[in-house]
Amino acid sequence: MTTTVFLQLVTNGIAQGAMYGLIAVGYTMVYGIIQLINFAHGEFFMFGGFGALAVYLWIPPVQHLPLLAALPIMLVGGMIASVVIAVLAERFAYRPLRNAPRLAPLITAIGVSILLQQLVFLWYPQPGGGKVQVGVNAPVQFPTFAGKPFHLGGVLIQRANLLTVIVAFLCMAYLAYFVAKTRTGRAMQATAQDPDTARLMGINTDKVIVVAFVLGAAFAAVASITYGLRFGQVSYDMGFSAGLKAFTAAVLGGIGNIYGAMVGGLVLGIAEQVTTGVLANYHATQQWGTAWQDVWAFLLLIIVLLVRPQGLLGERVADRA
Amino acid sequence: MALLEVRDLHVAYGKIEAVKGISFEVEQGQVVTLIGTNGAGKTTTLRTISGLLRPAAGRIMFDGKTIQNTPAHQIVSMGLAHSPEGRHIFPRMTIEENLLLGAYLRKDAAGIAEDVSNAYSMFPILGERRSQAAGTLSGGEQQMLAMARALMCRPRLLMLDEPSMGLSPIMMKQIMDTITQLKSSGTTILLVEQNAQAALSLADQGHVLEVGRIALSGRGADLLHDEQVRKTYLGEE
Repeated sequence: MTTTVFLQLVTNGIAQGAMYGLIAVGYTMVYGIIQLINFAHGEFFMFGGFGALAVYLWIPPVQHLPLLAALPIMLVGGMIASVVIAVLAERFAYRPLRNAPRLAPLITAIGVSILLQQLVFLWYPQPGGGKVQVGVNAPVQFPTFAGKPFHLGGVLIQRANLLTVIVAFLCMAYLAYFVAKTRTGRAMQATAQDPDTARLMGINTDKVIVVAFVLGAAFAAVASITYGLRFGQVSYDMGFSAGLKAFTAAVLGGIGNIYGAMVGGLVLGIAEQVTTGVLANYHATQQWGTAWQDVWAFLLLIIVLLVRPQGLLGERVADRA
Repeated sequence: MALLEVRDLHVAYGKIEAVKGISFEVEQGQVVTLIGTNGAGKTTTLRTISGLLRPAAGRIMFDGKTIQNTPAHQIVSMGLAHSPEGRHIFPRMTIEENLLLGAYLRKDAAGIAEDVSNAYSMFPILGERRSQAAGTLSGGEQQMLAMARALMCRPRLLMLDEPSMGLSPIMMKQIMDTITQLKSSGTTILLVEQNAQAALSLADQGHVLEVGRIALSGRGADLLHDEQVRKTYLGEE
């Protein structure tokens, strides 16, 4: 393998990983505050893609804009779809179980996930009219950039990949500012560290939890649009595998740590692409690359957790003195 | 009218009743203490007053308003501050960030800055370490921070839960001196303590709790000299 090929794989991995990281932030924020693994987060992600696509398909003038100009409008649609679903799920599925045993909201999250998947599967109209036939997994086409990829040395950089990395960076910069500098951000940190005491400070922790869901869903919507642009399609079940990988990224980086989520995403994305690429031509019939991609991803998770159970950036802090 | 009025309060954890009908009042400017052994229901009472727990029955009035169904974060805004048992400072935030969270509901930047510097002159050690993570402080320093943080909302009633717990005798004395200072500056305090001697000697009014009921009430000085109290709580033969 040449250096160029390796760099190409790393470049693709960074884009894939940035997308995982954007989704992982939502898992990690919600977990950090209410210790809930929100298995429906992958579906919040999926809703973002469909919301953006709905704006594109159902508001015809948007289709005549250059894609770069249409994207902000689509982003609004995607964010509304993700955020509305996330707020509804929090209010009606998770909040009533706030004081129930840990297992109850977890199972509910799986239920919400299946519900949302099937809802889109059964209801979302195909672009040509009609609905997806039951039992058929028909992905829906998503607009893609028309221009040629950029060259950097011998490495090809896809326009959608470049955009993914830029928006991921902007999102993380905003999040860092939000958490450290704003009043709500500090309330969020306090709630994560000690929810009862946060209430004694006058913090409305129910509101803080909603904010965590909203931010996570908005980031997932951004990730979903980058997914559509990169792969040229969205599908009702795209949240399952992307959600699982993003959850892996969150754990890999240290669950509860927002920067860990992005670091975990990047490590996972790069490792996935590199192992896939390196092993792709190793054996002709047994496809150690693409077919085994998920095996390598989860093997990485297991190894990291054996060595560092707290994740890459997770800290073991004595919370109570 | 009393600033805080608790009427026939019952609090239960599931089927186990921890507080079985207690009543007491705190007048403006008074220091009232609840003493008693572990499990007597002192902490449960405070957590119910501040809204972290919901009573099974009874009534809590603060400044003439019924508050037993008010969410905790709104009770704070009415001027009732609670420094919880075990201190519960935010360990991964700095001392200054902890103090600012105490003023979370206030919008007057100048007043907040003034109160932060007051906190530092009351507890100089906190000022020296203002940008250090609060989790690195010693137990006594964390207690100072917890009290200073509770004062940041300029409370009309300050509830202190076991401020001397787990502290060295020197530190304990310093904390008690601080409470005496707060008292003389006119702060209304509801104090829960296991150190009955210290609590009763500075309280205007004291109540002895036994398994969820008030067994004995009286002026702090009277209880301090009560034979039964001396035997049970002050360890005298």
